[in-house]
Amino acid sequence: MASTAFQKIYTKLTQITKATCSLHATQVGYEEMATVNGRMAQVIKIQGDLVTLQVFSGTEGLPTNAEVVFLGHAPQLLVGDELNGRFFNALGNPIDGGPPVAGKATELGSPSVNPVKRKQPSELIATGIAGIDLNNTLVTGQKIPFFADPDQPFNQVMAIVALRAKADKIILGGMGLTNDDYLFFRNIFENAGSASHIISFVNTNEDPPLERLLVPDMTLTAAEYFAVEKHQKVLVLLTDMTLYAEALSIVSNRMDQIPSKDSMPGSLYSDLARIYEKAVQFPDGGSITIIAVTTLSGGDITHAIPDNTGYITEGQLFIRKDTDIGKVIIDPFRSLSRLKQLVIGKKTREDHPQVMNAAVRLFADAMNAKTKLENGFDLTDYDQRTLQYAKEYSNRLLTIDVTLDTDSMLDTAWELFRKYFSVNEVAIKTEFVEKYGMWET
Amino acid sequence: MSTTGNVSGIISNLVIVAVDGVVAQNEICYILKDEVKLMAEVIRIGKELAYVQVFESTRGLKPGMPVEFTGHMLEATLGPGLLSKNFDGLQNDLDKMTGIFLKKGDYAPALEDNKLWNFKPLAHPGDLVTAGSWLGEVQENWMPHKIMVPFKMTGTYTVKEIAQPGEYTINDTISILTNSSAHEIPVKMVQKWPVKIPIKAYKNKPRPYEFMETGVRVIDSLNPIVRGGTGFIPGAFGTGKTVLEHAISKQADADIIVVSACGERANEVVELFAEFPRLDDPRTGRKLLERTTIVANTSNMPVAAREASIYTAMTLAEYYRSMGMKILLLADSTSRWAQALREMSNRMEELPGPDAFPMDLQATISNFYARAGFVHLNNGQTGSVTFIGTVSPAGGNLKEPVTEATKKTARCFYALSQARADSKRYPAIDALESYSKYLEYPEFQEYIKKRLSENWINQIQEAKNILQKGHEAYEQINILGDDGVPIDYHQIFWKSEVIDFIILQQDAFDKVDANTPIDRQQYMLELVLNICRTEFSFEGFEEINPYFKRIIHVLKQMNYAGFKSENFIAQEKELAEIMAERAIKPQ
Repeated sequence: MASTAFQKIYTKLTQITKATCSLHATQVGYEEMATVNGRMAQVIKIQGDLVTLQVFSGTEGLPTNAEVVFLGHAPQLLVGDELNGRFFNALGNPIDGGPPVAGKATELGSPSVNPVKRKQPSELIATGIAGIDLNNTLVTGQKIPFFADPDQPFNQVMAIVALRAKADKIILGGMGLTNDDYLFFRNIFENAGSASHIISFVNTNEDPPLERLLVPDMTLTAAEYFAVEKHQKVLVLLTDMTLYAEALSIVSNRMDQIPSKDSMPGSLYSDLARIYEKAVQFPDGGSITIIAVTTLSGGDITHAIPDNTGYITEGQLFIRKDTDIGKVIIDPFRSLSRLKQLVIGKKTREDHPQVMNAAVRLFADAMNAKTKLENGFDLTDYDQRTLQYAKEYSNRLLTIDVTLDTDSMLDTAWELFRKYFSVNEVAIKTEFVEKYGMWET
Repeated sequence: MSTTGNVSGIISNLVIVAVDGVVAQNEICYILKDEVKLMAEVIRIGKELAYVQVFESTRGLKPGMPVEFTGHMLEATLGPGLLSKNFDGLQNDLDKMTGIFLKKGDYAPALEDNKLWNFKPLAHPGDLVTAGSWLGEVQENWMPHKIMVPFKMTGTYTVKEIAQPGEYTINDTISILTNSSAHEIPVKMVQKWPVKIPIKAYKNKPRPYEFMETGVRVIDSLNPIVRGGTGFIPGAFGTGKTVLEHAISKQADADIIVVSACGERANEVVELFAEFPRLDDPRTGRKLLERTTIVANTSNMPVAAREASIYTAMTLAEYYRSMGMKILLLADSTSRWAQALREMSNRMEELPGPDAFPMDLQATISNFYARAGFVHLNNGQTGSVTFIGTVSPAGGNLKEPVTEATKKTARCFYALSQARADSKRYPAIDALESYSKYLEYPEFQEYIKKRLSENWINQIQEAKNILQKGHEAYEQINILGDDGVPIDYHQIFWKSEVIDFIILQQDAFDKVDANTPIDRQQYMLELVLNICRTEFSFEGFEEINPYFKRIIHVLKQMNYAGFKSENFIAQEKELAEIMAERAIKPQ
């Protein structure tokens, strides 16, 4: 990075840790960017004239006489239409071999939206996957993560959702992606013939882990540009937020902060909320919807990362393998879309809420029957029927490989109700049973 | 001459200021960054340094920037015009702020300086008054808003002059008081009060006993709360805390509702903004918005202001209580407030308590809950602040510090159960785990006998016993198998299911079912208990499940129908027919 005549160069580091370095300097602003021997760094602590910098690419090989130049601004991204179709690293530099982009320099991490200026989300996002559209309907302006163990195909499911959702812009923020997954996304975006409305900021696991900390802000700064200035419907994909949170804990550890639950920083909730709360429906039509991935360890959602995430996001989509049918499903019990109430039965058919609940309740009865079976008890006729129902429900509706419109999903559910149960057992409002149930009397 | 200082250090939102004079703990100061003034609060003082938490982003702050101290703590502005407002944690009027984004250093006054209020005097020249005495009143929305002697004034005063009826702004002098040395003190309709100090302009605070209706059956019919009482709702994410709080805020029998959205999702607040202007208050027929004030500090807004927001909300509630009103204060969620305390404690490098929370967490929470209560005012009137807070336990574990600390202080406990939420049994309050200590208060028992019926409390106990027995029977059935237990066990279990499905479960999204007035609750509880008291005859256990499912189905239709509507009566008749099929010992 070339320095201008006004910039002062410091050459005496007083302390170096694995992620940070400190030096004496004056007139430095908090959160200002700097370069340390050309490596990007940011001010994270000022005590008198002692300034501590977080070096994003790590401090390996950094000497105490490294050249430090303060850049006079907070981290920023050049935003503009030129971003379209491009791949960048966490620092906003192109990694697709293309030329650098020109645009308006915009600071990362804008202030929060005034809550009274937000609009209540009300536009449904259809994905064709019944585990989502039927049971956990998504809405623009929502923020929702996939919860999945690392061996589940979460990136694939996310890519399907992204391409089927009718968004004006898709912005991918990849954190600690394997190179293979990065190439998967590149490939699928290019093949979809829609690459021009997709932008990616990618930090792979070959890149320094701390650079990940910039990815969500880069992604969302670009998203805000398109949603606010261009009134576009922007879909932001963040994968994997667990790796982001782990990078946060590395920094807090180097800063000698006292860790709270699961070695995570005490500010984890606020740190994650700052990102996820960028999801918004603006009154003039622009919106930012965030779909993220939080990988779990052995399905444990009580770990601090998924736990704090769950308290922030508007639900979660839990991906697991159903061993009965050997397919990957969206778990109906552990998944939830909090905003679905705003659209189901209103933007979708009126029987949607009741059918959805009845279907899941009967599936729960099947799980109880399964427990009975496993404990060696006799099954009642009802139990038997629930088990048969569950298998077909999983196969035809819960699995991620279906593509249906919502009305067909509802019709399928009624078909299964009719096939296995009586009207009383399904317990849906009589008016819907008469209209859609079509039981033979 | 007020104290000034200069920034000397910055660690996230903690700023260290070198000061040249007197500073007070919790004093408010402003950091001057170019043209912008950033508000901050002193949270620790040492060696000519003040440690301040900034209520804004500290990006771009530099050592040496000037700091001005104000000489007072964080204060709420109190006066007519607070209702129907949406404030942030520092009581900025969010609707008055320009732009879509909350710009740094942008503040908007809480009240309108120029709005005229129709003032009616209540006090007379010569009256002796103390802090909180009513001098006059104005109409705020449809409620009489009392103009009081400012709470900061200690001692007794004499009313020298009182304004004639007429229109005044909040800054006009509406009364002149004199103290014992004949010194004249002008009083306006607006006053300020430090939010972290309780308003105590009342005579005494007896034990609360008046039942407060919420329209939520599992609360009113099983674990009722009282006016001036305290309760808390802990629950893992997805168990329905917010839906429950919103339901209570819409339906509760209170004059004024103050909602503190503390570190939670912005879209949930937007839901209140969108719904409250439309929804009717079921009791007065007025719009809900007219009786509501929202203090919103969502999770992405600055953390320090989150701590302030909950105190601001409590201060507003106490202000209205001093007017003899019944206030319900809801805070969602107190865990986020505790986390804000933790973040600051951590930055100040204090030695941590459990889970890195500050050591005084329990005391802080306890002091806050203690500000709720039923009070006798000095003029003989009563007022109350009922406080219900949600707690978001980390990992859904109720043994974590915030839940434990709250449990020691709140009198009602509404435990949300993950298992109930998983099986979509909403509201997911576990009726057996939960409790209301007020049921044990003799004052409450006496009150409820008069208000509802002689045996209401016995019925609550009866319902709880049936649920308990049903739960035990269910466990036996699970261990021994359907045919390994006496057939009665199935009947016991299914009777508890009737209570569960018809009384405990309630559809918050159904127009009728969402809100159940207490007379309807009484009717349904009596009806359901009558079913539970009835002995039915069955040949085998296989008959029991379908039979009770029919009963539940019919009762559910009753819950969805208007009370005593045609459909309701028809369903009730059908219920009687179903019961007659198998009843052997009707009571």
